Order: sequence, then C-alpha cells, then structure tokens
Amino acid sequence: MYVYQDYDQRLLDERVAQFRDQTQRYLDGKLAEEEYRPLRLQNGLYVQRYAPMLRVAVPYGMMASAQLRMLAHICRTWDKGYCHVSTRQNIQFNWPELQDVPDILEALASVQMHAIQTSGNCIRNTTTDEFAGVNAKEIDDPRPWCELIRQWSTFNPEFAYLPRKFKIAVNAVPDEDPALIGVHDIGVQIVENGQDETGFQIWAGGGLGRTPMTGEVIGEFIEPKYLLAYLEAVLRVYNKYGIRDNKYKARIKIIVKAMGRDKFRELTEREFAELKDGPITLTEHEIERMRASFPAPAYSSLTDLPQALSQALSSDKAFSRWYHTNTRAHKQAGYRAVTLTLKKTGRVPGDITDEQLDVVADLADRYSFGEVRTTHQQNMVLADVRQDELFDLWQALESMGLATPNLKLLTDIVACPGGDYCSLANAKSIPIAEAIQHRFEDMDYLHDLGELDINISGCMNACGHHHIGHIGILGVDKKGREYYQITLGGRGDKVSRIGDKMGPSFESDEVADVVEKIVNLYVELRHDGELFIDTYERVGMEPFKERIYGPAN
Amino acid sequence: MAQLIKDGALCENSWVRVTPEDAEGIPANGDIIVSLSCWLEQKEALKNHNGKVAVCLKPGQEPAELAGDLADLPMIAIDFPVFADGRGYSYARELRTRYGYQGEIRAVGDVLQDQLFYMWRCGFNAFDIRADKDASEALKGLNDFTVTYQADARDPRPIYRRQPE
Repeated sequence: MYVYQDYDQRLLDERVAQFRDQTQRYLDGKLAEEEYRPLRLQNGLYVQRYAPMLRVAVPYGMMASAQLRMLAHICRTWDKGYCHVSTRQNIQFNWPELQDVPDILEALASVQMHAIQTSGNCIRNTTTDEFAGVNAKEIDDPRPWCELIRQWSTFNPEFAYLPRKFKIAVNAVPDEDPALIGVHDIGVQIVENGQDETGFQIWAGGGLGRTPMTGEVIGEFIEPKYLLAYLEAVLRVYNKYGIRDNKYKARIKIIVKAMGRDKFRELTEREFAELKDGPITLTEHEIERMRASFPAPAYSSLTDLPQALSQALSSDKAFSRWYHTNTRAHKQAGYRAVTLTLKKTGRVPGDITDEQLDVVADLADRYSFGEVRTTHQQNMVLADVRQDELFDLWQALESMGLATPNLKLLTDIVACPGGDYCSLANAKSIPIAEAIQHRFEDMDYLHDLGELDINISGCMNACGHHHIGHIGILGVDKKGREYYQITLGGRGDKVSRIGDKMGPSFESDEVADVVEKIVNLYVELRHDGELFIDTYERVGMEPFKERIYGPAN
Repeated sequence: MAQLIKDGALCENSWVRVTPEDAEGIPANGDIIVSLSCWLEQKEALKNHNGKVAVCLKPGQEPAELAGDLADLPMIAIDFPVFADGRGYSYARELRTRYGYQGEIRAVGDVLQDQLFYMWRCGFNAFDIRADKDASEALKGLNDFTVTYQADARDPRPIYRRQPE
C-alpha cells in the first residue's frame, strides 16, 4: 500500500498541530462554536448524543496491521474498548473526550492515519472495491488512482467549503458496481476503449440521502493523465453553482438534475479545456510511482484447491460453509480473499473490539501480508490468504467470533449507529438489526434464502445505505415516535439502484415481523435458483404490498 | 488597531467600502470599494474619481463580469458573508489563473484565521480580518502548513511536478 514520503508525514504532523491549536482556542473561548464547528467536522469530529464521535479515515479501505493495532490502542486508551466500521470504509470512535482528540490524532499520525475530511462540506474519503488488486475481473487496480485522488483532494484550498459533502468512488470491474459509483457525487469507472487503452468514464450526480438518485455519465472517456484535471473541473462547477441556501438541495445531484446533464457537462468541459494539458496533468512518472506503491504481494507459486483445503472441506461442514460463503476467488492461483463479517447476532453491525483488532492484525501478519481492508458493508477483508492455510485461519477467527458464515446473507445487515449514538438520527437502527438477526438464527435457512441485503438507516442521511438494500429500512420520526419505512428492490451489486417505497411505515416492534413476511413471500414465489432481488424484479412490488397491507380496497 | 493583513504583514487600510445603502453616496475623495452593480452602472464616472476604485464581488457575482475591466482595477475585493460560503475561493483562483489578474485580491467580510491559508493559496493577498478578531493572531493562519499537494495560484506546479524526476 501507499507508504508516506517525508512530506506526507510532515503534512499530517502540521495538521495535528493546527487542530490542537484550534481546539485549544475553542476551549479558551477564542473561537466561537459556529466557527469551530466546520473545523472540527473537517477533522471528523461530531458532537453526538453522549460524547463526540471521531471518524478516522481509511483511504479506500486499506490498512496495515500496525494501523489496526493503533486503533486497538485508541479503543483501550480513549474509548470504551471498541470501534465501528462505517459504510464509507472508515472507522468511528463513539466515546472520545473532546480535549483528548488532538492526542488521538497525534497517535494516529504516528501510523500514517488521520481524520482529515471525514466529515464536513468537503471532499470525503475516496472509496473503492474492497477486493481491489485481487479481483480477477478488474481491468486495472483502482487504488493508485484512489491515492492520486486522495492527495489531490486533501486540503485542496479551493474545495474546502463546498455547498455540501462530496463523495468520490472508483470502480474497475466491468458490469458490476462493487464501489457503488452509481450513487456517488462522482463515480469513476475505469474502462477500456477497445484499443487496449484504459481511461475513465465519469459519472456525476448520484447520491443517497434525501432525494436519492443514481448519477449520469458526463465524461465518456477521460485519458488517465487528465483524471485530476477533469475532477477539478467538475468540482469548480459545483463549487460555483451548487445550491447553498438550502442544505437539502445542496448536493451536486440537485444541480445536475436542475440544469440538466448536458448543461452541466458543457460547463465542466469549459473548465476542463482550461486545465487540460496544464500542470495538473499527471506525469508518467507520477502514475508509475503510484502504481509502484501497490505492488502485488510476494505470492508463492501455488495451485488452486490444494490437498489440505480439499481435505478440510470434506471433513468439516462448518468450515466448508464458511469457505463457500465468506471467501472468494482470487486472481492469484492458490489464494482466496477472506471476509470477516462483523455481523454476529447480538453485536452491533460493524463493531469490533480492541482485542479482536489485535487478533486481526496478528492474523493479517501471519496469513495475509500484513494488510487488512474495510468494506462498505461494514466488514473486514484479509485479501491474500493461501488456500492451504484457510483452515488454520478459520479456526483462529472462529475462536474470536469473527467467522460467522453470513457474508451477503440476510443477517449481514448494514446499519448506521442510529439513535443509540447519533444526534441526527430520527430512530434507532441497532435494535432493529438485532431483532431481525434473532428472527433468522437458523443458519441452514439463511443459506437456503441466499443473498439478501438488508440496510438500515436511522434517518434520511442514509448512512446505512437503506436505498440500495434489497430490503431497505429507514427510521422516521412521527410525532416524536420512531417508525420505520420499508423499501424493496434497491441494489448495490451488479448495478446501483434506488429501492421502491412499499407503503405506510411500521412501529419498531413490527419491523422484524414485516421482514419475515416479505421473506416468506419470496420463498413462496421464487423460481429455482432465483435470489430475492431477482424475484422482486420479476414480480414487482404489488404481491409484497398485498401480503403486508392486505388487498387493495 | 489594524485589521488588514496584506502580503503577509499587518498594515493600515486606506480603503473605504461603499455600499449601495450608504445615504451619502460615494465620497468625493479617497480609495473606495464599490459594489459590482455600482461599478457597472457608473464605471465611466468612477474612472474620474479622486482616489483609487476597487470592486467587491459577492457570492454569485463571477469574475467574468469584470473581465473587460481588470486593467482599470488595482484591487478586487471578494466578500464572504459567511466564511462557509466557499465560492470566493474559486473566484480568486479564476482571477489569477484564467484572467492573469495581478492586482490585489482582498478577502472581506467573515474573514478568519482558520481560512487564511486556503485563501492565500487561491490567490488572495490581502485579508480584512473580521472586526472582533485580533488580526495579529489571525496572521498565524498563513503559516499553518509547509506542505501542499496541489497546484495553486502561488505555485502552478502540483507536488508531482515539484519533485525531481
């Protein structure tokens, strides 16, 4: 992964000093609350229901084992022994004290981590496929491009006070959308043009939150060296013309829709024409430097399905189930990519303890070249595990509660922290997730149901990505009581698509029943081998609506 | 006490900002900052003003409106009604890089220490610090960082063109 140069480290150290000074001035009363607020937000610091929440950046989801150990240390020293993986592949701490945050940032900086631009109206953490670099289907490794975007967006002086938050994702897999680029402010799709040249198709104007929508293609084929020039052009248009007097209309999607894609593209092209071939153009040297920052690990020359693996698969049913659910094909023969679902029933989705972090770090060192990834489904990945060592790894994970074989299954629920922590939330998310997980405890049945994404958000901001869940659950406030609205048919897999609203909302103790009824109907209706989403797309909303609300009229 | 930071140092402010609401209208003498509408309406008369004349752009008023007048303007002020409205950053950058404007670009309004470094990088060289703040303290904001990744109005080279190949 990208290793800091001296100047990267210096920039981080200077940021820590700057934030320490800002926080001190705030505590001394020299900086008013409204002046400090955007500054702390741009450092990932929210003031929450019980304590501040600190969101630490995990650029495109990549971490080294030493960084995991530092997170564990922070959990122990300044928090309550756990942290949370967010849907932006970041890490959140729920219980730090405001005055400790500069020290936490200093500790993070010592392992090349930070909280820069993890919140606020600026360019956020760039995300990508958690299997980047090991996915046999990708046409290029997206991570060098993500790192270029990270550097370009870090403290970019022109784009620190945008109308609203701005999220960029990069995908290099054709005909799939593992990075959800369709629902990002900018989606970068790495494409081939038929002449063996790769370039970027640029999407703009997608986003979840209020008024969810998928983006539109505004740049058909941008040459690699112009990537940053094109992004800068889009940002300049957005910074100048984005709506600023109504925060609910301030995302880029609203102006792309309002002015129309063609007009937006025309304005972008005008800015782009000026930037193109100027100094922002990437040099060959820089592109090569970035590629060299993500070398393939020192793989051994192996073959698939070694005897050790096939023996374990045939002799241990639990291992076999985990293998088929939580590991996936790798572009290097003899290896698999392993997902640790942080979705054990009874645990908050995405939460991980200090002890587990330390174990994962050790396992990463032992089995996966010392690297770990976070996923937007709030899980973790060991991307490069030898197949003949999978059984040993599984045993170690199993003993730590990290081998629940439910990846992509119904209980692999994505949920924001919700009303238990977040001051923006209208309703709780965590107890809803737990109630659903308890309803579906039979692992055989879960596997029979197959892939089914449930996403829960505690409010319109959609941190739980409810719009793209096959079953989406949104907490709403009705006269001071928590209700839940259900959407069906969203997806964030082959494509990104916004789900359809089913109908009137439900009380919290009804949600698990409703989910169960929806699932039961799917089981009745499904054709052989049909996943929930396929059945939904075939039969549409009506049968589900009727089952839940009774026949119309 | 001086509230103006110019070219990295505190200095006295000789300029008076004339708003359209000013009952007395434009003063007879002295250096004045007028609104864009005032400038566009009275441009010719203002060229004979006994003193220097600058124009203040508000958010939503783009530099393109002054494209033909830049040679006549020793200073362009860019107003930040609230510091979180970031349009002015793009305006300053555009004045420097698209139009090659060499005069003073001054940030006025809600101008505070913690935004100065970004403003300076975007091409502002003068900062009229909000009246209730200590400008000598705010001055420190210009030195928050010694490292920058991107090209800016000061240095057209992003970091990857500053490294020896």
